[in-house]
Amino acid sequence: MTTRVGVVTFPGSLDDRDAQRAVRLAGAEPVALWHRDKDLHQVDAVVLPGGFSYGDYLRCGAISRFSPVMDTVIEQAKLGMPVLGICNGFQVLCESHLLPGALTRNDSLHFICRDQKLRIENASTAWTRDYSAGQEIVVPLKNGEGRFVADGRVLDELEAEGRVVARYLDLNPNGSYRDIAGITNAAGNVVGLMPHPEHAVEPLTGPTTEGLGFFTSVLKQLVNA
Amino acid sequence: MSLDTVKNAEQTPDAAQPWAELGLKEDEYARIREILGRRPTGAELAMYSVMWSEHCSYKSSKVHLKQFGEKAPENDAMLVGIGENAGVVDVGQGYAVTFKVESHNHPSYIEPYQGAATGIGGIVRDILAMGARPVAVMDPLRFGAADHPDTRRVLPGIVAGIGGYGNCLGLPNIGGEVVFDSCYQGNPLVNALCVGVMKHEDIHLAQASGPGNKVILYGARTGGDGIGGVSVLASETFDATGPAKRPAVQVGDPFQEKLLIECTLEIFKEDLVAGIQDLGGAGLSCATSELASAGTGGMRIELDTVPLRDHTLSPEEILMSESQERMCAIVEPGKVDRFLEICEKWDVIATVIGEVTDGERLEIFWHGELVVDVPPRTVAHEGPTYHRPFARPSWQDALQADAPTAERLARPADGAELKDALLKVAGSPNQASKAWITDQYDRYVLGNTVLATPEDSGMIRIDEETNLGVSVATDGNGRYAKLDPYAGAQLALAEAYRNVAAGGAKPLAVSDCLNFGSPEDPDVMWQFAEATRGLADACQVLGTPVTGGNVSLYNQTGDVAIHPTPVVAVLGVIDDVTRRTPVGFAEEGQLLYLLGDTADELGGSAWSQVVHNHLGGLPPKVDLERERLLGEILIAASRDGMVDAAHDLSDGGLAQALVESCLKGGKGARVVVPEDIDPFVFLFSESAGRAVVAVPRSEELRFNDMCGARGLPATRIGVVDGEALEVQGQFTVTLAELRDAHTGVIEALLA
Repeated sequence: MTTRVGVVTFPGSLDDRDAQRAVRLAGAEPVALWHRDKDLHQVDAVVLPGGFSYGDYLRCGAISRFSPVMDTVIEQAKLGMPVLGICNGFQVLCESHLLPGALTRNDSLHFICRDQKLRIENASTAWTRDYSAGQEIVVPLKNGEGRFVADGRVLDELEAEGRVVARYLDLNPNGSYRDIAGITNAAGNVVGLMPHPEHAVEPLTGPTTEGLGFFTSVLKQLVNA
Repeated sequence: MSLDTVKNAEQTPDAAQPWAELGLKEDEYARIREILGRRPTGAELAMYSVMWSEHCSYKSSKVHLKQFGEKAPENDAMLVGIGENAGVVDVGQGYAVTFKVESHNHPSYIEPYQGAATGIGGIVRDILAMGARPVAVMDPLRFGAADHPDTRRVLPGIVAGIGGYGNCLGLPNIGGEVVFDSCYQGNPLVNALCVGVMKHEDIHLAQASGPGNKVILYGARTGGDGIGGVSVLASETFDATGPAKRPAVQVGDPFQEKLLIECTLEIFKEDLVAGIQDLGGAGLSCATSELASAGTGGMRIELDTVPLRDHTLSPEEILMSESQERMCAIVEPGKVDRFLEICEKWDVIATVIGEVTDGERLEIFWHGELVVDVPPRTVAHEGPTYHRPFARPSWQDALQADAPTAERLARPADGAELKDALLKVAGSPNQASKAWITDQYDRYVLGNTVLATPEDSGMIRIDEETNLGVSVATDGNGRYAKLDPYAGAQLALAEAYRNVAAGGAKPLAVSDCLNFGSPEDPDVMWQFAEATRGLADACQVLGTPVTGGNVSLYNQTGDVAIHPTPVVAVLGVIDDVTRRTPVGFAEEGQLLYLLGDTADELGGSAWSQVVHNHLGGLPPKVDLERERLLGEILIAASRDGMVDAAHDLSDGGLAQALVESCLKGGKGARVVVPEDIDPFVFLFSESAGRAVVAVPRSEELRFNDMCGARGLPATRIGVVDGEALEVQGQFTVTLAELRDAHTGVIEALLA
């Protein structure tokens, strides 16, 4: 049976087709999910893609979190379904309290698009098990509000529990605390990532193909489960 | 408030009207009265004034623009030509591509962020209205001197506006230009280009046919923004107690536009529209009159049904408002329900505001009273035409005589001075890396970007199965055009053509944005006449028709006009994007060939500007047959794997091309100056029709044979090698030194 990975489209989602392509190239079946529809259509995992859902009005991710589809995503995530939030999706996960902390305006105050080097810190989450801990990868990063912030206690806890999934290397592009590019929940099924692995899945269009591992990881996780 | 109805206009023929304040000339006002057989109502006057403005009617430029049609080369690829929202070109496999470049210069100077943002929004809707999914944008930008305080005000806002709107819309920004020159100090040029893709059968046109069909306005509510110079209608003359003066610059909402795109594409997919038009300049006045004029002629609009942001707006203001993110569709009655359903799905407001009639007049009602009753063609397509006087400027000869000869401008005398000149040019604002700007734009979204800035052209894959793709480059050199506007326009075309070919795509069609000073100045009008003639002639030779574009006049401060700046966009097609050729030297040992002939041509050059702050002489010679041959060689070499890197030679000459290719690929080069040429001319001349390519050793024989057989001069000048650019016998400069000079320049000046 083919693994089905849902990709949610909110009004203002932009990288939804890219996430679907990455899912397909990883060997799974992408399923388009609509923000107004509570039904997850029997998917095995969910990706919340990048973009500016609801125009980023109020606060990035703050309105999306109340959309009907998120009720089900939150419920299923708590039951262990793998959920990956990329960029705006990461913001939605923080607003949904599935992940701690928040994402604020880049310290440069500018939107930035660049090929970013990362180190995978935790290779045991549902979305990173195809990497090895300490592995360095380059994937595109593009955000205006990508600065991960949390209070010292939360940051210490994330580090102590090995819940930092990826860190920025060489250059911290947005002023994220402790160079954090991505984090996971305690169970390791929910991952939020500011850079865009779905833009690094083909040699033709990406700087590398090193982003594909996020999507192949979840496939293995589901097949082995 | 008293309503100026048609009846009222008939009964009060002598009422004073603010035609002059609205920018109409006395004879134009008289002509409106003649057309209508009475004085116009306030609403009619509003419509005529905006539609007969220079911006909408092209009244000063159209006698010259006609050449683009008259001299258009035979081209089977053209599906829709000039006159629609944008031209459409066949790119094979059932796909059609539409593209257009437009200006948003004046609003961007007044309010940089919103001016630039709505420039993107407007051109994207033009492309969408043709039936296409917008797939990429580009921004050719020109600013005053990089170190001028006002550039620091204007540039960051414009860049943030382009990024803020384009990024939020989810369109990759894949190229464009950034040029600094003090001639643009009070008149920055903000041009915006959009490319869209559709299947042939999805092409839509702006026409209202079929009596009984409904007129649906959808998208944002109409507000008082963008009424601009015509805001007098909102003040004393009509209603002293009404809303105060409105902001002249429109305010954009990219989120609304993103919904509008997805909603419209879903509507197209279900074949629900008979005609469609976006609302841009002149708002509803333009959309209703153009749709009716291009259709059967009759249309009836109930203006009071238009959803408003501000309920105090008068009919005149509603007709003239340039509120963004609105579209107007003509829909058969049986399809209206489904149309409205899709709009609801996307949270887009949609309202039936009228219908197509079997008459020949555009009738607009306000709460049941007739306020507009006009033949739509007279508003939309039969505006005034001016034959403005033009004459070669008295100073042109002296400017051309001031050639940058070795006697007049000191040239580098030895290797150390050549190295110094190379670093100065590479580190000057115009030639330095623009990454600080372009890194504020998303180039990855949609996942089909094959090439983007700083490549020679932007390239987009349009079919993931077959790898069919399109590529676009925009170029313009105001310095060349100032020296010789005829040649300058041709050089802009030649460079864009070359850039497209260097990436491996076959040039197919042209869109142009003609930025000039005041048409009332015969000097400027001569520049305009020469540039359009040059461009039309060159398009004919190269076989690339002009498919559409835009004219921006009055770019001047006081009596001083900007350099004439025709910006030319060339669209190309590539059957297999995996065969594209990038600019970077990436493989050690590959052989460097210089294609084309190099002459002592430094008029208008980057070197003369950077080192001597000089502008004089003649621009490089144009040889269009050579450009075509060079293009054919570059495309064949790319397709057949004979070159792994190619970079066109333009501003800064070979020196600048080598710097860029070395830095992009991260590899150095060893270069030998051919015996028969002066090292300075070899490095800094800007002779046209040239490119530098990196040839794998295994392909050298085949590549040479091809160039020899076709008669294209190809000179082996070196090899990709090491961590430095070495010009043998002259100087060596390390990649680290080059990077130091070339990067960080713009942010140091502006950040």
